[in-house]
Amino acid sequence: MSIAVIGAGPAGTRAVETLVAHGLRPIWIDEAPRSGGQIYRRPPANFCRSPETLYGFEAAKARRLHAAADAAARLADYRPSTLVWDIAEGSLQIAGPDGLGSVPFETMILATGATDRVIPLAGWTLPGVFTLGGAQVALKAQGVAVGRRCVFFGTGPLLYLVAYQYAKAGAHVAAVLDTAPASAKRRALPRLLAGGGALAKGFYYVAWLRARGIAIASGIEPLEILGASQVRGLRFRDLTGGECEIAADAVAFGFGLRSETQLADLAGCRFRFDPLNRQWLPETDEDGRALGLGKVYLAGDGAGIAGADAAELAGLRAALALLSDSGSAVPAARRQWIARRLARSRTFHRGLEQAFPFPDHLARRVADGTILCRCEAVTAGELRASVAGIGARDLNRAKAYSRVGMGRCQGRICGAAAAEILAAALDGEIASVGRLRGQPPVKPLPAGLL
Amino acid sequence: MSAAPEGGRFIRLAETGRRRFFITLGDRRIEALEGDSLLTALLLAGSHLRQSEFADGPRAGFCLMGACQDCWVTLADGRRFRACTTLAEDGMALEPIP
Repeated sequence: MSIAVIGAGPAGTRAVETLVAHGLRPIWIDEAPRSGGQIYRRPPANFCRSPETLYGFEAAKARRLHAAADAAARLADYRPSTLVWDIAEGSLQIAGPDGLGSVPFETMILATGATDRVIPLAGWTLPGVFTLGGAQVALKAQGVAVGRRCVFFGTGPLLYLVAYQYAKAGAHVAAVLDTAPASAKRRALPRLLAGGGALAKGFYYVAWLRARGIAIASGIEPLEILGASQVRGLRFRDLTGGECEIAADAVAFGFGLRSETQLADLAGCRFRFDPLNRQWLPETDEDGRALGLGKVYLAGDGAGIAGADAAELAGLRAALALLSDSGSAVPAARRQWIARRLARSRTFHRGLEQAFPFPDHLARRVADGTILCRCEAVTAGELRASVAGIGARDLNRAKAYSRVGMGRCQGRICGAAAAEILAAALDGEIASVGRLRGQPPVKPLPAGLL
Repeated sequence: MSAAPEGGRFIRLAETGRRRFFITLGDRRIEALEGDSLLTALLLAGSHLRQSEFADGPRAGFCLMGACQDCWVTLADGRRFRACTTLAEDGMALEPIP
């Protein structure tokens, strides 16, 4: 049986570990040169900071995951630095160190992860503006800060984690500005308690930042990233409604995460709208089997945001489902143990969405003149014009008219906001505008391969 | 490169003991350390990576994880690479950045 696993973050790693433990040798494909995914991303091999420095409280988990990945890689057909750019007729189309290739498969586990969910605002294409995840990658994987004076804004746990990591590494953090009001966090406490240690760490980061005099504000509204040819600050509205400006040469922002689903789309997965994530997601059964498709399994944040701990469990669960479907005996107790732990993590994730709600009202009223698609500099107004222009009622029609989502990123960056904007323009629910279809190649191929 | 804040956009906070080499940007020599991405090396030395083809100004990348495609740069031989996922290599020659 030829098995392909795509992605080498927490979910992909645990899936492959489980498969090789059962004597199978999956083809394991990952875009990154080293396994770990984003949250446990590893710097190049000649870097020397300790896991404690890189991953803080998660150092022990990172060590365990990396060790598991390295052991699994030796027993799998591991292909790092390799992009899967299309899936069709039982084959993966790949681009890697040996050029282009085609990999036939019978069974596949998709563990494609997530990226930052962003809402465009004036000035967001200026040099010096990055996603929260991007700012974290710069520090973790390259040992650099994205600027001399950084402002972090948006919402979600990553906001505080990245600010803490920057300040701890010696960067100047000018402010941490959260769109979520403090009241939302208080209301979410009962659910967040299901996260146990994760909640305590969140409190620690905030207390640590405050103790160092770093400004933290809740309930803000970002108005504009200031600057002509590069960032010079952020204008925002504070909780009292007053307008403020803060100077910065770097700004990083994000509003939670969005699942990376393009390969699931090309694989033919059925999608359903998920109100918690406000995103169309591949539909699976409770063990991660893609519905309506035999032999495809999904695990981790690519199938709905649940975080790294849940991703490890979901990777294990998908591999066990695959094994069980192939006739291996999987003890029911093991499946029930995973199910119980994942149920607790779902409660915690619902708590996070309540504590750090996606400010869809900001997305829905992105100004007409603001660039929405940064690939091709298409404005929010041009997307709205597709409603009057061709009577667009869904994202794919609107894309054909406005080119939003047609650029090099295929809507990875603008898609979440584009759905909100179009739904608002139609006075409808976000689910009603559908989702952007994945198109091969899902990413442009590097030079020399075509 | 224009308007670099005090020489560059990024600052090194750690991992400074790595092997040192140079890449070129037009006729400018830029220092890099082994393991630096092209994006890191270029933004330590300057303020941006490219001009938007749609005339809306300079760009310096955004997601830094290979998703947004905002950081493609051109080598002197015409080959194009995504700067955030490509390691800088000794002697690499890039087109000057307008």
